[in-house]
Amino acid sequence: MTSPPVLEMLGIHKEYDGTPVLKGIDLALRAGELHALLGENGAGKSTLMNILFGMPVIHSTGGFEGSIRIHGKDVDVQSPAHAMRLGIGMVHQEFMLIPGFEIHENVKLNREPLRGRAYRRVLGESLDLIDTDTMRSDSRSALARIHLDVSETTLVSSLPVGHMQFVEIAREVDKKNLEVLVFDEPTAVLTESEATILLGVMRELADEGVAILFITHRLEEVMSVADSVTILRDGSHVVTTAREKITIEEIAEKMIGRNIESGLSSVAKAAPSAESDDSADVILEIRDLEVDMPGEMVRGVDLSVSHGEILGIAGLAGQGKVGIANGLMGLYPARGKVTFAGNPLSLNAPREALTAGLAFVSEDRRGVGLLLGESIEMNIAIPSMVICGSFLKGKALGPLAWVDRKAVRSNAESMIDKLDIRTTGPDQIVRRLSGGNQQKVCLARALCLEPKMLFVSEPTRGIDIGAKQIVLDWLTRLNREQGITIVITSSELAELRSICQRIAIICEGKLAGILASDANDVQFGLLMSGKASA
Amino acid sequence: MIVAQLRERLREGAISFGYARWTIVGFLLLLWISAGLLGLSLGRLFGDCLVRSGMNGVLVLALLLPVRAGNGLNFGIPLGIVCGLLAGVFVMELNATHPFGVEAFEAHADLSKGWSGFTLAHLIALPLAAVVGWGYGWLLERVRGQEMMVGIYVGFGAIAGMCVLWLKLPVTYEELIWPIGGEGVRNTILIDDYYKWILDGWMDIDFGESGRKFQRSEAFFIPTGLLIYWLGACGLIAMFLRTRSGIAMSAAGESPAYARSIGISVSKMRIRSTVISTVLAAAGILVYTQSYGFYQLYKAPLWMAFPAVAALLLGGASLRNATIFHVIVGTVLFQSLLTTSLPVVNKLVYLLQQNEIVDVRYSSSLGNIPEIARLIIQNGVILYALSRVARDSR
Repeated sequence: MTSPPVLEMLGIHKEYDGTPVLKGIDLALRAGELHALLGENGAGKSTLMNILFGMPVIHSTGGFEGSIRIHGKDVDVQSPAHAMRLGIGMVHQEFMLIPGFEIHENVKLNREPLRGRAYRRVLGESLDLIDTDTMRSDSRSALARIHLDVSETTLVSSLPVGHMQFVEIAREVDKKNLEVLVFDEPTAVLTESEATILLGVMRELADEGVAILFITHRLEEVMSVADSVTILRDGSHVVTTAREKITIEEIAEKMIGRNIESGLSSVAKAAPSAESDDSADVILEIRDLEVDMPGEMVRGVDLSVSHGEILGIAGLAGQGKVGIANGLMGLYPARGKVTFAGNPLSLNAPREALTAGLAFVSEDRRGVGLLLGESIEMNIAIPSMVICGSFLKGKALGPLAWVDRKAVRSNAESMIDKLDIRTTGPDQIVRRLSGGNQQKVCLARALCLEPKMLFVSEPTRGIDIGAKQIVLDWLTRLNREQGITIVITSSELAELRSICQRIAIICEGKLAGILASDANDVQFGLLMSGKASA
Repeated sequence: MIVAQLRERLREGAISFGYARWTIVGFLLLLWISAGLLGLSLGRLFGDCLVRSGMNGVLVLALLLPVRAGNGLNFGIPLGIVCGLLAGVFVMELNATHPFGVEAFEAHADLSKGWSGFTLAHLIALPLAAVVGWGYGWLLERVRGQEMMVGIYVGFGAIAGMCVLWLKLPVTYEELIWPIGGEGVRNTILIDDYYKWILDGWMDIDFGESGRKFQRSEAFFIPTGLLIYWLGACGLIAMFLRTRSGIAMSAAGESPAYARSIGISVSKMRIRSTVISTVLAAAGILVYTQSYGFYQLYKAPLWMAFPAVAALLLGGASLRNATIFHVIVGTVLFQSLLTTSLPVVNKLVYLLQQNEIVDVRYSSSLGNIPEIARLIIQNGVILYALSRVARDSR
């Protein structure tokens, strides 16, 4: 392949509020090339695509450094519409289709062929009549090109999900100047057979001369169709290579492998090792758990948690790892059989889960975790007030017992001290705290419930390194000193590996496997990408 | 040092009081100054402001909890008002010969007068309102997100339904019966002999000489009982907000997701807030009536939610947050504004007429100015609050 590249992105640098998220990415696409872009969540793939499409979020956060070239000429992509005019198309992960329109109307939306009536000079193009015949015949040929055998007048809402993906592709293919087509996890919602057809279509399109950039988490797909591979990790460009020169294990390792130090000193782990879990008594037994959490569906997980361990739950975004804790705590509809400390735990009942001795620090800190308009002291006290009836005076009055402000205050003061919450005082409004301090309030709140077992989701998301360290240290201390069993769900594998004994990997809503935290990167990478035979 | 701290506290207090409220206070001062210049009795005017605040205050308080629980402004308080009116009519019917067809009741007709009548009206109105409020709360749970819109029309619908009921109610006491036709309840029912001013006049402090019964002097006076009732109700609600249920209710309103995560039933909290709101509205109309001097039935309660809503918003509340402070400040400011502007404008018109600046033929339309001002302020404040919501949610 010696033809000059159609699209080049050179030395792309991007910072959000001083945090670099892309550190010098180079990417080149040739006509007819099927190029896979790989990386974990947060590696910078979406930011890179946002830059390519000139999304407003990029401009509003101070633009980027580096250059984009099309056919060797520098371009400054202003907006998604501009990108479209330059011949760059995208097939989105979430469908950008209007369900109540027919296929051909969706394919030609806002690009409708016009009849060119004479009055158009007076009334303008937007009032000209649409040339429905051309519209339909164009759509028919676009559908034929991608081998989708449905009538162009079918309503999009009546199509199966898999076909909607193809309509999206038809829309892009119909654009006459299309040179580069980006697929953002196109197979995520497809069945296996549909995915195979889609990959075939992608291959054909590439052979017709379109340059294709293909974002995915499924490594087998990459191996089966891609010509070349680029791997990003933590905003850095790891490698670009031809597919033949790399194995699936190497890809996995390069995606995951990172310098574990990255500001986090590794915390000493508690004694029990991964092998001893059979002898240790099981505190939580999950059988066949299904949770309807939009975007994080859990589809039948079996998992046992031993008394006194720290278990990590890892997996890529959208694979269902976050749904497990949310389902157990009754925040999303769940089915399955769960036994906690020897007793069956009823699902879909937050109160019962809490009284049974489970506590949860939610990943949605600002929505579920905190009452933003309330003070620190009340945020810490309210859950235990509601669940256990602590911090109340006049309990004889039942629901009319009133708040014991002194107890609330002194409890908050001791928590602020223990967790090192940086604040002007216990009466400060939580909204004004930094993310790290808010997270500490969430932890304090969970601890006031005196749980036997603590679920923590994404404990360090969006907080600074100092606070991260305190939060992680504190979780380990809790586990060691008070014997609280802890289950941490996190997208940061390094963080899980630094404090957990065992890490469960969730993929496509199911348990892909459990690894000891010192298992090698290849194993983690393979399990996360859904290649179960690790 | 202490002075500096105090000054800082005052400054913060002034800012948190809000520019909107300072503007109203300024306007009110302007009105009072012009009233003084026009030779109106300021003492009388201040006294009237207190009475108007007290008589409307409980209805404003009724709006507080639904806002806290996340139901928005309860435009459905006419439901509670209707319960209060029904109870009032019921108690007066005790005076009939053989009330409700029971002979033994006749001997207890006195029960319907004075404190016993007022208390009895409460005893009937409040449980009735609680039942109605529960049903209304249940309905609101089924139209989540549309509470305010539905509330307005439930209020309207209930009033229309009650109009039919009033017409057909088999009352027999002559003070109640519609004089023409001899069936149904009349439009306005005087309560002079029952419990008019029972709160206003309880331990009241009058700085002047009042001539006859039910006539206020020209000097300043304090309707002690009325204010105790209103502020007492505010105190009870303030205490409720510090209880476990009150806190659970606020939590459910501020963040339903949070509330669910700690096992609070959000819909239970919302229904509870609607029940308390409806009960307070029923009590509120009884208080209003004892001060006003007669029951107004039929279409009178139709628009009663709107001034109450306006007062709460004027006090600084939003659709998502309201406090007792907002209730008190809002009621006093809004009612004082209305109470003061009417005599001031009347006096002005009179003077203009005297000096032949205004043609007598047109002067009556000038008398409408306070009413027009009321409508502009009342609906303007509501509109402002609703437009703020649209912006916040974006």
